[in-house]
Amino acid sequence: MPIWKDEKKGKRDYVEVTPSRARDLWLRCQSCGELVFRKKLAQNNYICPHCGAYFFLSAQERIASLVDEGSAVDVTAPLVAGDPLGFVDRKPYPERVKEAQRETGLLDAVAVVEAEIGGHPVVLAVMDFRFIGGSMGSVVGEQLCLAMERAVERRVPFVLVTASGGARVQEGVLSLMQMPKTVLVRRKLAEAGIPYIAVFTYPTTGGVLASIASLADITLAERGTRIGFAGPRVIEQTTKERLPPNFQTEDFALAHGMVDQVVPREALKEELSRILAILDGGRDGG
Amino acid sequence: MVDEATLKALEEKVAELKRLVEQDGLALENELALLEQRLEELRREYFARLSDWDRVKLARDPRRPTGIELVEMVFDDFYELRGDRLLRDDPALRGGMAKLSGKPLVVLFHQKGKTLEEQKRYRFGMAGPAGYRKAVRLMELAGRLRLPLVSLVDTPGAYPGVEAESHNIAGTIAQCLQTMLGLPVPTVAVIVGEGGSGGAVAIACADRVLMLEYAIYSVISPEGAAAILWKDQKAVPKAAEALGLSAPKLKELGVIDEVLPEPLGGAHSDPQATAATIRAALEKHLAELSSLPLDKLLQLRYKRYRDAGSYRELEGRS
Repeated sequence: MPIWKDEKKGKRDYVEVTPSRARDLWLRCQSCGELVFRKKLAQNNYICPHCGAYFFLSAQERIASLVDEGSAVDVTAPLVAGDPLGFVDRKPYPERVKEAQRETGLLDAVAVVEAEIGGHPVVLAVMDFRFIGGSMGSVVGEQLCLAMERAVERRVPFVLVTASGGARVQEGVLSLMQMPKTVLVRRKLAEAGIPYIAVFTYPTTGGVLASIASLADITLAERGTRIGFAGPRVIEQTTKERLPPNFQTEDFALAHGMVDQVVPREALKEELSRILAILDGGRDGG
Repeated sequence: MVDEATLKALEEKVAELKRLVEQDGLALENELALLEQRLEELRREYFARLSDWDRVKLARDPRRPTGIELVEMVFDDFYELRGDRLLRDDPALRGGMAKLSGKPLVVLFHQKGKTLEEQKRYRFGMAGPAGYRKAVRLMELAGRLRLPLVSLVDTPGAYPGVEAESHNIAGTIAQCLQTMLGLPVPTVAVIVGEGGSGGAVAIACADRVLMLEYAIYSVISPEGAAAILWKDQKAVPKAAEALGLSAPKLKELGVIDEVLPEPLGGAHSDPQATAATIRAALEKHLAELSSLPLDKLLQLRYKRYRDAGSYRELEGRS
C-alpha cells in the first residue's frame, strides 16, 4: 500500500503491515524489495535502511521506539470487547477480536504504559492499526479514559499515539459513544493542568480524529501519516471532486493548521523529550 | 406481503382522489373512503413488520418533515441566528432562539430539503466545518445566557469534501462535542430522521437523547458497512439489520432514553401530530432536567458518557 511519496527523492515510499510476520527474522521492504534483517530494522526504528520507507509499527514496537529503555510498565486494563449487537458480517465479531488478539498479542487496539521519555514520566497510550484497523470501540474508549485518569492521578503528561481507521463498526452506536466519552474525560486533564500530547501516525482518521485526537494541547504528526475525517473514496463518490495530490497528508494537515509539527519517525522520541522538558520546567515542585 | 412501492402508489392515489373531491367537488367520497380504509390496512400490515432497512428508507424519506418545519411547529417565536463568524453561514446546520411553553431556549437542527433543488441547497443535510462552528457558537451562547439547548438531528453525516477537510471538519466536530458536554445548562437531543455518525453525535451528546420511532442512529451508513465489511452492495439490508440502528434497539442498548411514537405511516403522514409528540416530550424532559441542581446535572451527564460501552473484565489476570 503506497502511503507517501517523498518529493525530494522523487520515488514512492511504502509502509508495510507486519502482523503475520511477527516472528520472521527477515522482512521484505515493499518499497525497494530488499530483504532486511529484523533486528537491524528494529534498531533503525523500522525504517528501511536501504530506501528509508517506514514499516508499520505495532503498539509494542512503537512503545519501545519512544520510551527510555526498561522504563515501561504495562498498565493496560484487562478488558475485552463485548458483543452488544451479536454482530456477524463475514465472521462473528468475537471471532474477529480473538483473531486480532492472537495476531497482535494485545487485548484490543490500544496499549497503555507508564514510562519515561527522556527521563520524563508519562502515561503513554499507543493505538495499533493491526487490531481491526485500530478502530475505537468500547475497550479502546475505556482504556483511553483510564489512561487519562491515571495521568491525572500521577500528575504526569498524557501522550497518545493514534493509528486508527475510526469508530469500530461492529459495536454500532456504542462505538460512536466513545467519542463523547473520551472527550468528556479529556476535560479532567485540562482541569488538573495536565498536558496532553498527541502523535498522529498512519492513519489517523474518522471518529478518533473527530474526538479525542483533535483535542490535544500539542499535536505532532509522524511523516507519512494520513490525517482526515472522511476516506478519499467516499469524498470522490459523494462530491465528484478531484482530490489534490497531497490531500490528507501530514503536510496538508500542517499547511491547514491542524498539527503543530511534522516529525520524521527517528526524531519523534527526541521531539517528545524536548516538549516534555519545556513543560516540566513550567510546573512547580516537579 | 405488502411492499414499499405498493404502499407508495396507494398513498399517491388517495392523495389525488382527495384533491379531486376537495378541489373539484367530484362526488367520489365513497371511493375515497374505501381507498383510505384499504390504505390504512396496508399501512398496518407494512408497519407491523418493518425491517431495519425499511426503517432506513423511512428515515430518509424526503416527505418527512424537515428541520425548519418541525422547529416551526414544535416551538414558538423561532428566531434564526446565522453564520460561523469566520467564513460563512452553512444552511445544512441551522439554529437560533425559540420559546417552548413560554421559556426561551436555543435550538440547533440539521436542514434537509424536500425537492431536489432544496436538497442541493441544503447539501442533503450534510453540514461542513462552518455549520459545526456555528453550532459551537450557539452552544456557547446557550451556556452564557443560561438557556437550555435542544437539537433536532437529521443528517446522513458531516459533509465529506476537500474544503471540509481543509477547514478541519474533524477538529470542529471534536470541538462541538467538547462544548456541548461542558454546557452548564440542560441539553436534549431528538433524532428526528437520520442520525448519521460523527455529524450527528456532534450535536446529540445531550443529557437526554430521544428518537422518533422510525428515525435511525448509526455509526456508519448501511451502504458504507456493506462496502467495508461485506464487500458487497447486496448486503446493505443485512448491514442495516446488523448495525442495530433502530430506535427500539437503541433504547434497549441504553443509548437513547425514549422512543417517540410516530403516526401510522410515519411522521410525514401527520406532521402536526409528530410535532405535538416532540413538543410534549421536550417539555417533560426539560422540566425534569431544569429541576436538577447544576452539579447534579453535570454529574449525571458525566456518568452517562463515562459509562458508555460494552466490555468485560478478563478473568485470571490482574
